[in-house]
Amino acid sequence: MQQRDEVELLRWRVTFIGYIIVATLLVLAFGFWNAQIVQVGYYQQKAEANRIRTLPLLAPRGRIYDREHRIIADNRPSYNIILIRESSPHTLEQTAAMLSAGIGMTKDEVQERINKSVKRRDPKFRPIVLKEDVSVADIAYVKAHRYDMPEITVEFQPRRRYLEGDLAAHALGYVGEVTEAELATPEFLNFKSGDQVGKTGLEREYNNVLVGKDGFKRVSVNSFGREVEQLDEEKYVAGNDLVTTIDLDLQRAAEDMVGDHSGAVVALDPRTGEILAFVSKPGFDPNLFATRISAADWNNLINDPRKPMQNRAIQSHFSPGSVFKVFMAAAGLEAGTLNPLRTIYCPGYATFFGHTFGCDKHDGHGTINLHNAIVSSCNVFFYNVGNDLNIGRISQYATMMGFGRKTGVDLPNEDQGLIPSEAWKQRVLKAKWYAGETISVAIGQGYVSVTPMQAAWAMGGLTTGGRLKQPHLVNPRELKKLGLPAGEILEEDYPISQSTVDIVTTAMWGVVNEDGTGFRAKIDGFDVAGKTGTAQVVGKAANLKGQAYKDNAWFVGFAPYRNPEIVVAAFIENGGWGAEAAAPVAHAVMETYYKKKIGQFDAKLNSIAATEQRQNITSAESRGLN
Amino acid sequence: MLGEPLRSNRFWKDFDWLLLTAAICLSVISLVEIYSSTIAQPTENYFLRQFAWVCVGIVLLFVVAAIDYHFIAERIPWLYILAIGALLYTLAMGHRVSGSKSWVGLGPVAFQPSELIKMVVVVALARYFSELRSERYMTFVQIAKACVISFVPIGLVALQPDLGTALTYLPPIAVGLFIRGVRPAVLVTLVLGFVLVLPVSWLILKPYQKERILTFLDPERDPLGKGYQVTQSKIAIGSGGLLGKGVFHGTQNRGGFLPTRHTDFIFSVVGEELGFAGVLVTLGLLAFIIFRSISNAQTARDNLGLFIVMGVVGTYFFHVIVNVGMVIGFMPTTGIPLPFLSYGGSSVLTAFIALGLVLSVRRCRYVN
Repeated sequence: MQQRDEVELLRWRVTFIGYIIVATLLVLAFGFWNAQIVQVGYYQQKAEANRIRTLPLLAPRGRIYDREHRIIADNRPSYNIILIRESSPHTLEQTAAMLSAGIGMTKDEVQERINKSVKRRDPKFRPIVLKEDVSVADIAYVKAHRYDMPEITVEFQPRRRYLEGDLAAHALGYVGEVTEAELATPEFLNFKSGDQVGKTGLEREYNNVLVGKDGFKRVSVNSFGREVEQLDEEKYVAGNDLVTTIDLDLQRAAEDMVGDHSGAVVALDPRTGEILAFVSKPGFDPNLFATRISAADWNNLINDPRKPMQNRAIQSHFSPGSVFKVFMAAAGLEAGTLNPLRTIYCPGYATFFGHTFGCDKHDGHGTINLHNAIVSSCNVFFYNVGNDLNIGRISQYATMMGFGRKTGVDLPNEDQGLIPSEAWKQRVLKAKWYAGETISVAIGQGYVSVTPMQAAWAMGGLTTGGRLKQPHLVNPRELKKLGLPAGEILEEDYPISQSTVDIVTTAMWGVVNEDGTGFRAKIDGFDVAGKTGTAQVVGKAANLKGQAYKDNAWFVGFAPYRNPEIVVAAFIENGGWGAEAAAPVAHAVMETYYKKKIGQFDAKLNSIAATEQRQNITSAESRGLN
Repeated sequence: MLGEPLRSNRFWKDFDWLLLTAAICLSVISLVEIYSSTIAQPTENYFLRQFAWVCVGIVLLFVVAAIDYHFIAERIPWLYILAIGALLYTLAMGHRVSGSKSWVGLGPVAFQPSELIKMVVVVALARYFSELRSERYMTFVQIAKACVISFVPIGLVALQPDLGTALTYLPPIAVGLFIRGVRPAVLVTLVLGFVLVLPVSWLILKPYQKERILTFLDPERDPLGKGYQVTQSKIAIGSGGLLGKGVFHGTQNRGGFLPTRHTDFIFSVVGEELGFAGVLVTLGLLAFIIFRSISNAQTARDNLGLFIVMGVVGTYFFHVIVNVGMVIGFMPTTGIPLPFLSYGGSSVLTAFIALGLVLSVRRCRYVN
């Protein structure tokens, strides 16, 4: 019995073990049921995320053309090294440590790039660019280590290329990675961190036209990150090409002539407002920005005392000097305070309100009429014109003719210059206007200041009978051709009599063609007219001599003097006499225009001629300095 | 002594073909999934090697089944000494594979003696338990002796150091003690003792072993580190769904996201490619082998047979819960293979030899 009980007991214990096994197996089965039936969706999603990578296909920006469809800016292929944090087998620190040495960066540099993206809370699947525009050696390194570092890949990125280097840099602007501050503005609503956007110039103004739509491709990869097959693809849409009004030949002619000076040139067609040349010197090479600009390059640009990043054509304003006289003449004639037949005796100076104001010709012009006062740029004559007008009317007419307000050019951050008035002085300087100040304003000194763009625009308006066409680098017609919304070119017409226009334009023809101050702008067969200006540099110390304290030189010319087709405002900072420094620049632009018009233009010859001419100016300058 | 049963009609008539069929079915699943998971490394010939091991295993199964288990039990002291010698040899001369010296070269093949020696310990313990005088409870000295039989090889394996395999030596003694009977107080003491030993053993664990246990407790702790295996395994299994992605279509498997997928994590591949249905079939086959063996234990002619079969059952079961529990994230990551399924000669041969022992006990169930 004992024996039998024992056997029963053992069998019962064996059975008990069987129950334990059954229970355990049920628990295991439950685990599988939970994973494979209940949470199947979750795990399937995880498996897909494991396997599928979405890689961006970056769209190239649209090309920028000149008016003759010559390419100014296009794109070149480049490669970036990117990190996709999602499903990386390494921690970010490990990745940084493994990669940095191989691509010539320090671990901290790589880590900093990563941290920036992590701090922004970018989604994990968004690639982090660790190094831009990498060399073939860098690509080879990444490809060779794709098994060790599946999270690192190389992405293709079309990169901006400016074929002409710094030519027209201030008109074109440059591109760069969108900043966080920009992303917060509505202008960049549709962008995300890492995108390339226009920062200044046309690149900025027409960013939405130029920018393309990135595509993507979805690929399946294995655990090494190696692409196994492509699942689907959405092609990128390239940005729209932009045809500008710039004429590269005129642009080159202008830049060649400005040479190493600081200055600005604006050439436009007053009939349409189209800008043919837009120069601000010194410039910069926008290609530097196409890849992330190096700190050294950036510091060089912003610490350069000559301020190459300053767009002098629209963002700086200067005293117009004698250029302003023609507008004073027109204002006086229109206001009725200046009789067209009036003559004034110029002894070389004049006294107003107890102050003596000098004339450039110290021994005086003698008895002089309006025409000759413009041709010879007689200050005394215009002191009287201004005094007769008074500051109220000067302000009113100058503003009407296009000064002291934005021209509406299609570029960002335009300056509006300054036309003073009694109200302005009271408001801004909290002081009363002195009548003596009016005398200075009449000859373009004192508070009055204009941008080179305004000078060209206003001259265009005056010479075309009071028609101010909004200056522009891109004709809205070109946008409409692309099917994009576009405004119209604004037009303002201010009242001015034809006789006034004839008197001042004839006088300006005399400036160039009657042994006046603008003789250097003369072109046979193309009735060039214009007005020089030599503006004292504010704060100029009387005793100091040297380049930095030389006067600013202006020449604003147009041709032909009846129904002009082109206006050129040339401004040379510290250039000295407008007649010497600025007139040849405008001459070069107009000559190029004329040669093209009559079919005698040869780009190569033009370039050689410009070099010779520039040398002549430089030697003239050095003579002048002695 | 072999020729007689193998030639006899009765051996073949009485043979448990269902048990063999279940083992062969598992082997087929194993071969298919090993093929699927190693297709990217065709030169390694995992499939063909495993096929060879299975064939050898089946032959060994018949050989062991044909031997009377008493014949083995009589010679077990010598086998035991041989086994200890083999473990010492391994410890001295073995190859180091991922930190453990558990492999020895045997002609052209590398072998893990610790796997096969498990069965020697099973039979040795079975003989010891079955020869105890029938008292209701074992005495303290008897328990201590059983422990010595078991813990000498456990210690040697742990020294390799292969803690996972050492743990697989525990089920036979645990099952044996429970069945033979110990005082409830002793049972409680043993369980408590085991629990108390854990913190102590924590101190002697290698860093990677601690890491595994910590990761088990919280797989998300280091998703890029040790938890990676379990996370990927769960993704593979979960994404398999009811019917699986189909053989050769497991993205986790084929994409290489699954670690050691033809050995320790073969069951994840089953889960991914054959789905919940495949998991149930596979677990069902393993359960069938276990319960069929348990019923053989209950009809065994004597206690020796009963303890041998239950030792085998305990070992199988332990492998199943630890391995399957690991792939689904219920257990820490250990290098314990799944019997009949994981790639590897030592594991496959041991599984078939163990089944041969069960069949030998079954064959002799009728008192002559």
